Amino acid sequence: MKTKALTRLTFLAAIVTWLVMLFSDVTVLFSDLKGLTPDVPVWLPKVMLDLYVISVFYYYKFKIERDEALNFTDLLWRVFATGLVATVLSLSLRVLDFLLGSTKLSSNIFFIDVEYLINLGLLLSFLIAAGTCWKRLILYQKSKWLIRGWLVFEMLLLIVLLSDNLQIILKEWVFTSISILTGLLALVLSANMKWVAYLNFKQKWTSLLLLLLSFFYLGYFLFTVIHFSDEIKLQSTAFLDFQNHAFNIYLFSFVMLYSIFSFLVILFNLPTSSVFEQKLEEVVNFQRISQSVQTEQSEESVYKILLESSVSSVFADAAWLEIKGDQQQNRLQTYQITESDTHKIQEHLNGRHVKGILDQSSDKTKNLSSHLATLKGTRFRSLMAFPVLVKGEKIGTLALLKELPEGFNKEMTQIVSAFTNQAGISIENFRLLKEAIQNERYKEELKIAKMVQKSLLPDKLEKDDDFEISAFSESADEVGGDYYDTLRINDHQVGLIIADVSGKGTTAAFHMSQMKGIFHSLAQETLEPKVFMMRANQALKYCLERGSFISATYFVVDSREKMIYYSRAGHCPVLIYRAASRKADYLIDKGAALGMVKGKDYCNFVETNTLPYASGDILVLFTDGISEAKSPRGEEFGLDLLKRTITEVVIRSPKEIQEHLIKKLYEYTGTEEIDDDYTTMIVKFS
Amino acid sequence: MVHIKRLQEDGADILAVVGEIDASSSIELDLAIAKSVGEGSTKILVDCSALEYISSAGLGVFMSYIEEFRDKNIRMVLFGMKEKVANTFQILGLADLLHISSNKQEAKKLLNELSV
Repeated sequence: MKTKALTRLTFLAAIVTWLVMLFSDVTVLFSDLKGLTPDVPVWLPKVMLDLYVISVFYYYKFKIERDEALNFTDLLWRVFATGLVATVLSLSLRVLDFLLGSTKLSSNIFFIDVEYLINLGLLLSFLIAAGTCWKRLILYQKSKWLIRGWLVFEMLLLIVLLSDNLQIILKEWVFTSISILTGLLALVLSANMKWVAYLNFKQKWTSLLLLLLSFFYLGYFLFTVIHFSDEIKLQSTAFLDFQNHAFNIYLFSFVMLYSIFSFLVILFNLPTSSVFEQKLEEVVNFQRISQSVQTEQSEESVYKILLESSVSSVFADAAWLEIKGDQQQNRLQTYQITESDTHKIQEHLNGRHVKGILDQSSDKTKNLSSHLATLKGTRFRSLMAFPVLVKGEKIGTLALLKELPEGFNKEMTQIVSAFTNQAGISIENFRLLKEAIQNERYKEELKIAKMVQKSLLPDKLEKDDDFEISAFSESADEVGGDYYDTLRINDHQVGLIIADVSGKGTTAAFHMSQMKGIFHSLAQETLEPKVFMMRANQALKYCLERGSFISATYFVVDSREKMIYYSRAGHCPVLIYRAASRKADYLIDKGAALGMVKGKDYCNFVETNTLPYASGDILVLFTDGISEAKSPRGEEFGLDLLKRTITEVVIRSPKEIQEHLIKKLYEYTGTEEIDDDYTTMIVKFS
Repeated sequence: MVHIKRLQEDGADILAVVGEIDASSSIELDLAIAKSVGEGSTKILVDCSALEYISSAGLGVFMSYIEEFRDKNIRMVLFGMKEKVANTFQILGLADLLHISSNKQEAKKLLNELSV
């Protein structure tokens, strides 16, 4: 909005200054002819002209220089359009002149002066518009020095503009040096033609036409203004003679100079513009390939872009892209060639035993043109083959064909090589992305597995008047192989189990769920713990794979007899704290893990043990994840420390004992990320 | 990490296990035993004197051969275990299923007794 207001303001200022200039100049001229002293100062028209120039300069600065949307041809079009408007106005004045014929008015010196000043105003506004446009073109891809150079140039022009009125002050030699400097600077600045390279063929022609028309306007105005000023000069010199105004000459020369330069440069660039366009297209194609990962859906589209880009970059007559398929089947994409022709060429080359040709093992770009000469019935005379590599492995071949002999040069080879490399990278990215998505899915699946497994562990443990239980379990991975559970067998008996599947992770988790099934079916009835183990072993015999086993301890707590019956199958020893003697001990017994002995003789390796319990006694069950947890120095937590840790807090509730144990465990390991599944179950008798 | 050296003495294969056997290195132990069996050894001695640690997966390897050895009449004796390692075998009940001696001489003696 601010710019708009400023544009209007400067436009208004230009009009006002021009009008003042007009009237003052006519007044001065009139006074001179009549030999009178003019009512206005003699210098006023000149000052007004300066102000007019400055106003117009700022007007175009706001209008053209700040407009980012204008491209190169738009700028030239602006110059052209301004010139057109100015010329049309000037011509209509001439038409008016013509219609008036040789009346008194048309030969009146004041009328001529008005016409002259109108033309001068139009010329100046055209010149300044052009100058502003040239500035933008010159400062395209600007450097620090270029900007400084331009600033100096503008300053010099300003000095020249002002000095037109202050000629007395400036000495001759100063003025001459300024003129020379301005001229040199104009030449140097005019050499900045980078924008020309960015025009395409059509734009270049348009630009030439626009420049040519601008020349015409310049010539026309120059002629018109000189004509009028000469006519006035015949009668009086007391008018605003632009030829005395050095600024006008300089500006005119600069605009003309740059126009001529541009014209010539564009003209000479015409033949090479197709090359530049080609390069630009290559860059765009390059981008298309590299961006296909984000925008496109499949590898297919990358292949398609690769084929298209390569063909258009080297002007190939035909091409095919063969991609190694999942099985023996290779996928083929072709351009301007039938699949049968492709196979014919491939067979021909294979038949001639040309080593490392289009077979899938070659990873070098090959010029195979010489081998085509021997193939009858083909129109192609040049053939290049490029490997498409992903992670150093060749996944396909791109073959380009031309009907011309020796149709490929080094640059073409390089650009297609670059294309195939980029395509390889894109495809690699595709695959990585796919893998990442797949991994994400697996993670989700594992999360679900974790939830399911959590639900396999009981959230409420059996309670009795005689005892209270607290348990804790954590897995190293998402899912683990530790298991604990309780089940009431009858009104006075409760079954307890703790188990640890060998290994960890998903396999262990599956066996753990099997163990839960076995526990829940076998603990339904009153079984001697040894029998429980034998049956469990029998059931697991066919489920466990070679080398894996489950260690477990099964307890039956009988509150009527105040007895514990248990059987240990290869599990960590049970720690029992006796309140009466205030001592804790590990129970020594024998028992092989489930799945270790497949035969019936497993009964020889397990036993049922019996122990009485009394109030205050504590049973501590745990898996080897706790006893074998390592400190940062690599030492194991161990059975002794476990015993001491429990003895510290025997008077507390089972929940508190369990929390104390886990706290101590974490303190010992220095982390909560223990590299094994670990579980503990605390049973306290009351 | 585990390193397994294999040498022969008095017609018996001696597998010297050095280092730790965990889930990943247990495969090496399995391969070493399988190779020994595959080459027709009927007497295998496992030197555990440099075995620092064995996980349940490692124990699983020994366990998995018990029945195969019985069927093929192959005898295997482990010896020289450190106390901690021996404890692991004890807890799991493998001590009753495998033949374990304290040193090499006894192990050889046991091997010969078993052959009779």
